[in-house]
Amino acid sequence: MALLAMKDLTVTFTSGDARVEAVKGVTFDLDKGETLALVGESGSGKSVTALSILQLLPYPAASHGAQSSIRFDNRELVRASEATLRDIRGNRIAIVFQEPMTSLNPLHTIEKQVAETLHLHKGLSGAAARARVIELLKLVGLPEAESRLGAYPHQLSGGQRQRVMIAMALANEPDILIADEPTTALDVTIQAQILKLLKDLQARFGMALLLITHDLTIVRKMADRVLVMTEGAIVERGNTADVFDHPQHAYTKKLLAAEPKGLPPPRRIEAKPLVETRSLRVWFPIKTGLLRRTTGYIKAVDGIDLTLRAGETLGVVGESGSGKTTLGLALLRLIDSQGEIVFDGRRLDRLSGKAMRPLRRELQVVFQDPYSSLSPRLSIAQIIEEGLKVHKLGGNAKERRAEIERLLKEVGLDPSAADRYPHEFSGGQRQRVALARALVLKPRFLLLDEPTSALDMSVQAQMVELLRDLQARHGIAYLFISHDLRVVKALAHDIMVMKDGKVVESGPAATIFAAPKTAYTRALMAAAFDIAIAEPQAVGT
Amino acid sequence: MTPLTRRRLQNFRANRRGYWSLWLFLALFVASLFAEFIANDQPLLVRYDGHFYFPIFADYTESDFGGDLPIAADYRDPDLAKRIDAHGFMIWPLIPFGDNTINYNLPSPAPSPPDKVDWLGTDNQGRDVLARLIYGFRISVLFGLTLTIVSSIIGVAAGAIQGYYGGLVDISFQRFMEVWAGLPVLYLLIILSSIIAPNFWWLLIIMLLFSWMSLVDLVRAEFLRARNFDYVRAARALGVGNPTIIWRHVLPNAMVATLTFLPFILNGSITTLTSLDFLGFGLPPGSPSLGELLAEGKDNLQAPWLGLTAFFVLAVMLSLLIFIGEAVRDAFDPRKVR
Repeated sequence: MALLAMKDLTVTFTSGDARVEAVKGVTFDLDKGETLALVGESGSGKSVTALSILQLLPYPAASHGAQSSIRFDNRELVRASEATLRDIRGNRIAIVFQEPMTSLNPLHTIEKQVAETLHLHKGLSGAAARARVIELLKLVGLPEAESRLGAYPHQLSGGQRQRVMIAMALANEPDILIADEPTTALDVTIQAQILKLLKDLQARFGMALLLITHDLTIVRKMADRVLVMTEGAIVERGNTADVFDHPQHAYTKKLLAAEPKGLPPPRRIEAKPLVETRSLRVWFPIKTGLLRRTTGYIKAVDGIDLTLRAGETLGVVGESGSGKTTLGLALLRLIDSQGEIVFDGRRLDRLSGKAMRPLRRELQVVFQDPYSSLSPRLSIAQIIEEGLKVHKLGGNAKERRAEIERLLKEVGLDPSAADRYPHEFSGGQRQRVALARALVLKPRFLLLDEPTSALDMSVQAQMVELLRDLQARHGIAYLFISHDLRVVKALAHDIMVMKDGKVVESGPAATIFAAPKTAYTRALMAAAFDIAIAEPQAVGT
Repeated sequence: MTPLTRRRLQNFRANRRGYWSLWLFLALFVASLFAEFIANDQPLLVRYDGHFYFPIFADYTESDFGGDLPIAADYRDPDLAKRIDAHGFMIWPLIPFGDNTINYNLPSPAPSPPDKVDWLGTDNQGRDVLARLIYGFRISVLFGLTLTIVSSIIGVAAGAIQGYYGGLVDISFQRFMEVWAGLPVLYLLIILSSIIAPNFWWLLIIMLLFSWMSLVDLVRAEFLRARNFDYVRAARALGVGNPTIIWRHVLPNAMVATLTFLPFILNGSITTLTSLDFLGFGLPPGSPSLGELLAEGKDNLQAPWLGLTAFFVLAVMLSLLIFIGEAVRDAFDPRKVR
């Protein structure tokens, strides 16, 4: 008898006359102590499946079919009474969500939040509750647990917040822990730590772990069994090793083939330096006291020298907060900085905003979040056309239109997309539009600020292909900012590893990947390629 | 029409009360714009001696209709009416009184109660209440609309500049507004009205000096949020100038909040004018206004038709605007699912 048996689960969302079938007949069992991974891309219905176990969907907008059944410990959960569900939620089955920023209440201390579940299910309070909270926080490896009891969520880093979330989930020693993309919002190094923590805790308590993820590397590392889900149905199931070695379904094969791979196009030998910086600094002043005197600086970028040659890619890697994005924005003169920035022999740092404007067409940018980087009220054609209009390029309206349609084709979109609006497109398609907006000016330098991190794995691989292709064809120099070394490996000629605003290590990609010199780089690489923890003292928590 | 606009229209229509309120209000407003054709002391059309005359569009003298003197024709004069009837005919508007026409032919001393001639009675100077109501409604709505539109334009512009540029511009503007908002509007009006005779435009300008601030904070907040969005950054990276970024990229997103507030600001403007008129610091004496009618109702409690009329008209007008405002709010609510 399985611990949890889901049978023929369907979930339908109704909004007005529109009905969307998000989950179409999912059946699986989960046994005590095993790790089951539910894999799929965004929109595949994996989170909805997980949420329906605890009946956490927005009923009655969401509804289950008549045949649907979820049995846990001989109790039926579908359409169970609130009292039954309350008894199970957070007590027998706990859940850890993706976004640690929003899943903790910003107004309560972490002690209060962890103690709440203890109070609700165990009736613990006072000193007993406090002792248990400290025990739990130590268990999840939160450093200085006693002194952190009074801390508010904003005083913790993303990884620490996720540890608190896990502590809350474990408070009542649940039988099942559902982890819904528990590490997607975290840095690779932190991701490795959190996953190891989950694995250790699972072994210790004998919990069943239902792991929901889109990242196959995590699945391979963590799971005993895999369910591959697409469009609301499970298309393949089996032991992890079998599924990875002998995928049966076309979709699984596609997913497995989708990991970014390949190498950047060969260097051009005659390439001249296009962008150079010398001791580039971006310091944000810290002002204190009544008179707002500057008492110190946050050194976001602290003396960076870099050289990027025409037609090549420089990968900038590091954890969040290492100053990668600030460096990129400073290069484009979108924020103030000190130090030399040379583009094609011209000093950019001395130019006024106005004098900079004609040069802007040479230096373009693609941002991380495809949802916020396109103006929601402009059509695709208007978005792409804007740069042409500003720089008075592209001839008359008809010629501009032809150019836009040609570009859409080049980035792999249908030219008929021109008259539609951003919200009609998926993340990957939007990122292509953002790329087209940058390319329409025929730039020689393109800043790519984590352009693939918000995308699904298979879309990431396509994006990498496209970027490589465009570079080979047009000889654009990329500054590729990423925390994902797998993507960087597939694109970069040179690599610069950043930590706390400084360069830790830099050099040709091949050399660095083959023989990383510093502990920090080794830690990053272990985390990215094997999801392993190496050099724990070199990275944050 | 984008799908977004279509969805908003649908949401607006889905709020039946607001939707019908809009049509009713528009009908009343458009009708009041043609007040001269509904309530006037001059006939719409005169046929005299085989010629057509249009007194609403042109001034005629007594001598045109066989009188002796070259003075402006008074069509309510029984002698003139008799002469015109003898040589042709007159077509009167539905209500044969203008806003300042005094009915000297009252059955009882003014204010006289409603009867077949004066449907809502007369005020204490013998003027037809219904006629004054129509003109008063028109002036209230026109004043409110002008004030709302102009103060919204100023407010949005000020908020946009503060929010977009931030920093020193923002903080100095904010402090200025705090000082400015501290000025006592009512006293200022009382002092001013002792120096000049306030008319429609004077009042509008004085009210405008203080009413533009209502939208500033809202728009400023939207701009503060939006200026750090990636698409604004991307536009700057493209070399787009600040005015264009404000106009094309940020403003459309701030407009949702603005539009949602418009009906409520309009409501506030109308109420302000009415209360000023009620206190006697509003439009010049003799102008038709709802506030003045209220004041007369208060002074003549023995003639309840004055106060009741003003009350019901104000209540209906303001409620209609609130209902419209609710529907607009629904229309722009992104979380609204019917």
